[in-house]
Amino acid sequence: MTDATAPMGADVPKKARKSSLYGTDDRTKKRNAAEKRFQMYGIAAIGIGIFFLVILLVSIVRSGVPAFTQTFIEVPVYLNEEVLDPNGNRDPDDLRRVSTFGYAPLIDQAIFNQVQQTEGLTTTLEDASDMRKMVSASAPAILRDYVLANPDEIGETVDFRILAASRVDGYMKDRVTRESVARDKNIDAAHLDLVDQLVEAGTIKREFNWDFITGADASENRPEQAGIGVAMIGSFFMMLVVLVLSLPIGVAASIYLEEFAPKNRFTDLIEVNISNLAAVPSIVFGILGLAVFIQFAHLPQSAPLVGGLVLTLMTLPTIIISTRASLKAVPPSIRDAALGVGASKMQAVFHHVLPLAAPGILTGTIIGLAQALGETAPLLLIGMVGYIATNYPEGIASGFLDPNSSMPAQIYEWSKRADPAYYERAWGGIIILLLFLMTMNIIAIILRRRFERRW
Amino acid sequence: MSFVKLTASTLAIAAVSATAAAARDNVQVAGSSTVLPYASIVAEAFGENFDFPTPVVESGGSSAGLKRFCEGVGENTIDIANASRAIREKEIKACADAGVTDIVEVRIGYDGIVFASQLDGPDFTAFEPADIFNALAPKVMVDGELVDNPHTKWSDFNADLPDAEILAFIPGTKHGTREVFEEKVVAAGCEATGAMEAMIEGGMSEDEAEDACLAVRTDGRSVDIDGDYTETLARIDGNRNGIGVFGLAFYENNTDTLKVATMSGVEPTTESIASGEYPVSRPLYFYIKKAHVGVIPGLQEYAEFFVSNEIAGPNGPLSNYGLVSDPELAETQEKVSNLTTMGSGS
Repeated sequence: MTDATAPMGADVPKKARKSSLYGTDDRTKKRNAAEKRFQMYGIAAIGIGIFFLVILLVSIVRSGVPAFTQTFIEVPVYLNEEVLDPNGNRDPDDLRRVSTFGYAPLIDQAIFNQVQQTEGLTTTLEDASDMRKMVSASAPAILRDYVLANPDEIGETVDFRILAASRVDGYMKDRVTRESVARDKNIDAAHLDLVDQLVEAGTIKREFNWDFITGADASENRPEQAGIGVAMIGSFFMMLVVLVLSLPIGVAASIYLEEFAPKNRFTDLIEVNISNLAAVPSIVFGILGLAVFIQFAHLPQSAPLVGGLVLTLMTLPTIIISTRASLKAVPPSIRDAALGVGASKMQAVFHHVLPLAAPGILTGTIIGLAQALGETAPLLLIGMVGYIATNYPEGIASGFLDPNSSMPAQIYEWSKRADPAYYERAWGGIIILLLFLMTMNIIAIILRRRFERRW
Repeated sequence: MSFVKLTASTLAIAAVSATAAAARDNVQVAGSSTVLPYASIVAEAFGENFDFPTPVVESGGSSAGLKRFCEGVGENTIDIANASRAIREKEIKACADAGVTDIVEVRIGYDGIVFASQLDGPDFTAFEPADIFNALAPKVMVDGELVDNPHTKWSDFNADLPDAEILAFIPGTKHGTREVFEEKVVAAGCEATGAMEAMIEGGMSEDEAEDACLAVRTDGRSVDIDGDYTETLARIDGNRNGIGVFGLAFYENNTDTLKVATMSGVEPTTESIASGEYPVSRPLYFYIKKAHVGVIPGLQEYAEFFVSNEIAGPNGPLSNYGLVSDPELAETQEKVSNLTTMGSGS
């Protein structure tokens, strides 16, 4: 062996002598090229990632931003006494008897009058009832509520700001085109001509729509009225349940496992299982929630409490793992010092280790919460999807127990609906959800930056 | 933050939640996702016009809704079940076992099922049940023989149809729509083409042949859609040659992207379905738990409001959305105001 290698070994120094510090030899060139290539792959990977992120964000923003504005019609309505209070005695019970169907013609007439009074306006629509297709079905209810609250104003003319129908709104946002209108029985080209002229006259305006953020969901035939507000409250109550349950349970479990538990097979088993639980698909927790909380414990369906409990199960492993990691990051010298001056083990943990680990624990919790906030799959099974969130909860108990939706469930629900106007609202909902998630993640980052200590 | 305190507060919250479910003042409805849009339109208008709170409407499917309906009587059970089919004997029995004996059946109208395709796709404008059967059945009649379906293009069996690949998106088996599709289209086509006769001659009993008639081919030309119509719409958007099965209401909201085919020469409209000319339609129902009337405030008012002329009538919001109003609405109204239960009368 040594004989065979000797001549080769003699060659190497010869070659090495040829290389210079100023020139690069072939092998170095090759290695440098390999490194360049690797860097290029890396840059390409990042580039692809950024490319898709930009496409995603651009498409979300482009499809979702229109949902934040809405088309309104500003029109003076004559509150006709003959229709609204035929007996003329302003008796609330009598006023209540006139349903929203009685109010609708007043609005038609009001818009028709406005059209006729506006100068230079030409239209082929010659009947007040033709105006119906331009107005949201929610308008009569606004009028009725106003009249019931202010019965004195019957017989007067009052200015109202009412929602335009979703097709008119879609036309203002270029979602509805003239070609598509030709095949649409919900609105005619004559209406669009009229809309164009009313926009110029200032009767129809497109404005920012707070109701999209604060409002309740609406039924399928009035997408213009729908908002994500109630679902947001549902999400809020769910997050409250998740926070209140998973933080103490998660922290207690990880402190015990990390600081007190003996290291034996049993605790090893628990540890492995916690890691496994963190990887369990969330739909599994949904099925578990359905079986345990609804079918066994008979908690109400679609309630944020149940949603919160299911999401707690899902978030717990995340919180336990991050809490244990931050407890582990506290150097043992801190514990030793505390124990050395005579602290009990519990005092050492609660007075010294836990405060130092707190920023890490909070970060983990916030990230866990953000994950839970965006989760839809487990909610499918406990009835939070497919529910129309039209009622605001009354008080705290009702917030937990009354059926409600959650933000991601609401988005899913909107994307399923037949009217294309709901599609835009689903994207708008995604923007709001993303803003929430981003805020939570930013808070987590700030907490980590400000309070994290390094050793 | 001692975790003893935190655990105590956790327990307190659990205790509060256990004492839940106080008196309920709103009507609770669950059931068919086909009826959901109508029910939510009514619930919304009901909340606006009455002093009762807006009813809570959930979906989940006809069977799931009826199952919850039949869980028993009491405030923690639902008051109304929506269904896109009539209640079954088995379900009535399950209801009776749980103490739900008096059920009021309310037919709210009809839902049409239409065949639609991409607006600028091939010319699918006229179908017969036989065409659908020939395109989608696993075994069809060719030259008087029952053979494995050899057709790959619509024009293979009907020269009037376009020369396009067969590709159909039909509702999955968990949908109520599938039942109507099978019964009114596939089975009708099976009989019309003589395939059923051939099956019986081939040694099958009549029942077996009827079942065999409902099968669809599994070579990928017929795709079951388990999601809802938006999914079918997305598939149609992506496939120029695709044909999809939709509810009439869904089609009417998407006329700008879909074109509809006639069935047996009849165009699906609310009128042609109401008159019974258009063959593929089904009644929609909801069921009221009579024991809850008078206990849950607003229950009967909601039901009466639902079937009132201004809501469910020919020009009401439901019919504008796509429901085909029931020509016998007056009888239904009477039934609701008298709370005539199933099995008594009629």
